[in-house]
Amino acid sequence: MSRDLDELYQSVILDHNKTPRNFHELPPPASHADGHNPLCGDRLTVWVDVEGDTVKDVAFLGNGCAISKASASLMTAAVKGKSRADAMALADEFQKLVTGRLEGAAERKALGKLQALAGVSEYPVRVKCASLAWHTLKAALAGAGEPISTE
Amino acid sequence: MADEGGAAGKRVSGEGNELIVSTSTTSPRPRVPAVGLDVSSIRADFPILGTRVDGKPLVYFDNAATAQKPLVVIEAVRRFLAEENANIHRGVHYLSERATLAFDAVRDEVRDFLNAPDSREVIFVRGTTEAINLVAQSYGRTTLRPGDEILLTTMEHHSNIVPWQLVAGQTGAVVRAIPITDAGEVDLEAYRRMLGPKTRIVGVVHISNALGTINPVAEMTRLAHEAGAVVLVDGAQAAPHTPVDVQALGCDFYAFSGHKVFGPTGVGVLWGRASLLEAMPPWQGGGDMIHTVSFTGTTFAPLPAKFEAGTPAIAEVIGLGAALRYVRGVGFDAIGAWERTLLARATEQVSAVPGVRLVGTAREKAGVLSFTLEGVHPHDLGTILDADGVAIRAGHHCAQPVMERFGVHATARASFAFYNTLDEIDVLVRGLHRAREVFA
Ligand SMILES: Cc1ncc(COP(=O)(O)O)c(C=O)c1O
Repeated sequence: MSRDLDELYQSVILDHNKTPRNFHELPPPASHADGHNPLCGDRLTVWVDVEGDTVKDVAFLGNGCAISKASASLMTAAVKGKSRADAMALADEFQKLVTGRLEGAAERKALGKLQALAGVSEYPVRVKCASLAWHTLKAALAGAGEPISTE
Repeated sequence: MADEGGAAGKRVSGEGNELIVSTSTTSPRPRVPAVGLDVSSIRADFPILGTRVDGKPLVYFDNAATAQKPLVVIEAVRRFLAEENANIHRGVHYLSERATLAFDAVRDEVRDFLNAPDSREVIFVRGTTEAINLVAQSYGRTTLRPGDEILLTTMEHHSNIVPWQLVAGQTGAVVRAIPITDAGEVDLEAYRRMLGPKTRIVGVVHISNALGTINPVAEMTRLAHEAGAVVLVDGAQAAPHTPVDVQALGCDFYAFSGHKVFGPTGVGVLWGRASLLEAMPPWQGGGDMIHTVSFTGTTFAPLPAKFEAGTPAIAEVIGLGAALRYVRGVGFDAIGAWERTLLARATEQVSAVPGVRLVGTAREKAGVLSFTLEGVHPHDLGTILDADGVAIRAGHHCAQPVMERFGVHATARASFAFYNTLDEIDVLVRGLHRAREVFA
């Protein structure tokens, strides 16, 4: 099996690695979660600002390899404005993508820019790098305070 | 046999040496006159070095993680399993007798390899990690009192930190870190100041896996003994690269792993001073470590069996014996000279790559080159080099306090063995340039 480095390090990934989007903290009442990959030492924090059922804002900080940083950056752009349930569903779709289990072309296409990370599926040991941000997002969403009822 | 001036040259004559010969599958053979090393003939001894990675020749620079195995080791294990396999110390039958003889002979070889005074002081364990846990739980747990101090250098592998933290938690003892300098050397002045009447145990890595530093173990031991402390040396990275003489070092415990010295995984050695080992309680209970067992009380076997409960890794021990004979056959003089050449070339060429920062620049260094490359995370570098067939390690190298000390999260590490070549270093350096281009 020959693996193509260019597939892994696509320009989108290199770009998001170099200039990550939403790379900052969010002030309270945004909630956050810390993600840690003890194997490689990567650490990141993801903040979510949920209003009603909508992820109004997402941001992250941390250090890690290009894959983990770009994945986090692309994630923030992808989930901003989505409903909590849609964000969670997207996390599952993304996990399928990077583990090579996303079959249909339509499903792939639905992932938009996140498809840039498909190349990770060829590198089993790097899958964790790509999924760290998403696991952390899920934790942050789970911890985000109950939506404040306006009723 | 000029090149046998290493460990082999220090062989203590005495009882047991004949056995070594009887089980040798190969006798130590000097590979070269004087210092040169016939690297291509050496490489032919290691089948795995012929591997191709996506069509490119494997460049194996992850020797500090585990070393590759020469054919004589693979063959010794195969032959044992095919022709001599039986449990040891238990049967009176033909196979058990042969297996027992072969197994016990390796103990003598290890004694020789370490220039230890007595084979009874050689305990077979699973590896360096288990050796240190054994000392912490048997010696440490029974001797440490609240407030006693365990001094460890900041460059220890986690396996020489965590077992001490565990026993400190159980006994009320305190673990303190001996600082290291910007070059990655033990700060001996600070060490002197830290030693005192509370110091009970000093743990020091002989050669650092993260920095390559060769520590002044003999001097550190002398100072520790003056303070009344015992010294455990983590020799995991030293055994494959330098002759080890526990008597010259003066230490009390010495640990190493078979798999890093070209032998199988699953086996390692704890050497300890007989007087200490005899006073220590058993660590694990089971078969083979007892004298008599009854429900009113059990008495324990003498050394070394007291510390070897259960069936050991017999085939692996046999393989370890073959590995030690093999390295000694190559000779530590030749190994040292060649690895210094590799390190010098790699240091010069890698540090010339723009953006490279070396982590670990001790005056006394073994073949480990730890570095960062600006703008390229070590993991990405590892993946990019892998595309060229180059195997390096990226991460914290189980030495997070070292990473913290140097203000990095991870480094890339190339670690060498005597079968590596100068051409392979060129491949590494080309890969570094390529990584810079990808991430430009
Ligand atoms: C310096 C050092 N000490 C201890 C160890 C642990 O050895 P093992 O995993 O074989 O027990 C290693 C191996 O990674 C090491 O490099």
